[in-house]
Amino acid sequence: MILIISDIQEGKLRSVNAEVYTAAVALGKETGQPVATVLLGASGLKELAATAGNYGVEKAIVVEDAGLAPFSPDAYAAAIAHVIRETGASVVLMGATFTGKDVMPRVAQHLDVALVQDVINVRDEGGLVFTRPMYAGKVHADVRVQTSPALATIRPKSYKPAEQAADVAVEPMSVSVPAAKVQVVAYEGSSNGKLDVTEADIIVSGGRGMQGADKWGMLEELADLLGAATGCSRPVSDDGWRPHEEHIGQTGKTVSPDLYIACGISGAIQHVAGVSSSKFIVAVNKDPEAPIFKVADYGIVGDVFDVVPVITEEIRKVKG
Amino acid sequence: MNIAVCIKQTPDTTTRIQVADGGGEIVDDGIQWIISPYDEFAIEEALKLTEANGGEVTIVSMGPARVEKTIREALAMGAQKAIRIDCESIPNDPGVTAKVLAEVLRGRGFDLIFTGRQAIDGDQAQVPGRLAHLLDWACVSVVIDLAIDGDKGTALREVEGGSERVHFTMPAVIGANRHLNEPRYRNMRGIMKAKRIPIEVVQVDAPAPQLEITSYSYPPQKGERKLFENGASDVAEVVRLLREEAQVI
Repeated sequence: MILIISDIQEGKLRSVNAEVYTAAVALGKETGQPVATVLLGASGLKELAATAGNYGVEKAIVVEDAGLAPFSPDAYAAAIAHVIRETGASVVLMGATFTGKDVMPRVAQHLDVALVQDVINVRDEGGLVFTRPMYAGKVHADVRVQTSPALATIRPKSYKPAEQAADVAVEPMSVSVPAAKVQVVAYEGSSNGKLDVTEADIIVSGGRGMQGADKWGMLEELADLLGAATGCSRPVSDDGWRPHEEHIGQTGKTVSPDLYIACGISGAIQHVAGVSSSKFIVAVNKDPEAPIFKVADYGIVGDVFDVVPVITEEIRKVKG
Repeated sequence: MNIAVCIKQTPDTTTRIQVADGGGEIVDDGIQWIISPYDEFAIEEALKLTEANGGEVTIVSMGPARVEKTIREALAMGAQKAIRIDCESIPNDPGVTAKVLAEVLRGRGFDLIFTGRQAIDGDQAQVPGRLAHLLDWACVSVVIDLAIDGDKGTALREVEGGSERVHFTMPAVIGANRHLNEPRYRNMRGIMKAKRIPIEVVQVDAPAPQLEITSYSYPPQKGERKLFENGASDVAEVVRLLREEAQVI
């Protein structure tokens, strides 16, 4: 069985789940294995199970226990390890969100097995092969695990969700939840519910060439028009022009959007590494020699303050 | 309060990582080695805590003799002790690293262990959680704010679009993120002092790795790149291409 750990935040399924369901259902077809998901929390999970069915998952295991609220990564890990043992799952996948990447190493150590984090592709080549970026995306590595079950987290935006209806059988399971050593007592959103760069389809990003915090209005306008997240390079977050959670690059976030629009970003190697798995890159920079143009699919040589407003205007036209 | 800080020697962030012919390994030659940047926030936080509460900071790193240069750089920030866990090459299975660290650190009387949120070469982000599980300690990683009060602690950790406020019990493994603090510069006095600190070399039998990297490659090259040199007057064409060719808007 391929088991997906559904990632639930604030009572809702995160967007990455649809991507992981899709990856799991495809892998299930490739390897002839059934696909199930497990939802864990204090209550109200059955309603979420139907979503998994929209992506072809046929079974939802629901673990509701008062001990799972507030969220505790160690209590969750213990509960997940229990479900894995109980189901005999051979492959276990979770989204590589902050939660997924925090919980799954603990699960892996519970079971004393390997875990492959931030996987961008998984396939069967006489045994599972997981591809993951290393060095912030400067290289990719193919990884095989020698232990069972095979555990992996799937990087957001690596799989396109594919809807395919299935009837989900909901199956409750009870587990013993240990006392938590760590508890999340509050979520403090710092950017007014804005999309996070790791989950966005489109990112509008600014660098030093933007000249100052007060110049971001035009990038935000373009981002709003596209339903995009805003990002930035390291000097911009170091200087406090933008909040640190927008910092993209080797010591910030690595992102894989469909479209990355780099405005006034020169393209230092650390930044380029962090955007290298973007599907499409557009760069605007007044220096034709800027290294960002070496990785941009479309490069526009020009002043960002002239070019960006025209991009917004033209997109508004084509979007009607 | 006695604190261990686990650090990793990694290539400098400006390094152009080279894959060896055949894809079997990463070329080591000519790499400039540094302390993995997140580990510097870990060292700084440990120093601040011992300066406020007393106690010592021990730097711990796994690797061959070349790692001692990086350990000395960490000591130069102000740490008092150091351990190098000897091995031919730094493991690329974080399960191995966590087990070895647990074996070496257990029973040495540490109250707190710091790591970086992840090392910037493997980007695995597994050692803090695994190590804590092996020690039966609490673990909070990607930490941007930390306060410890007796046998309890509070931390802020970065998550998508914001942060989580976390309560935890001590002892704990803390994975440091950027913005936890401002790491201090190494001054000449610290560098000279660090030279005289003995580095304890520990031998351990590392467990067998549970994963294998079968090949390395460069990210696939994308299609033809187009450069438009007329600024704003080319924008309409670029937007048309984004819509019709790339189909991303």
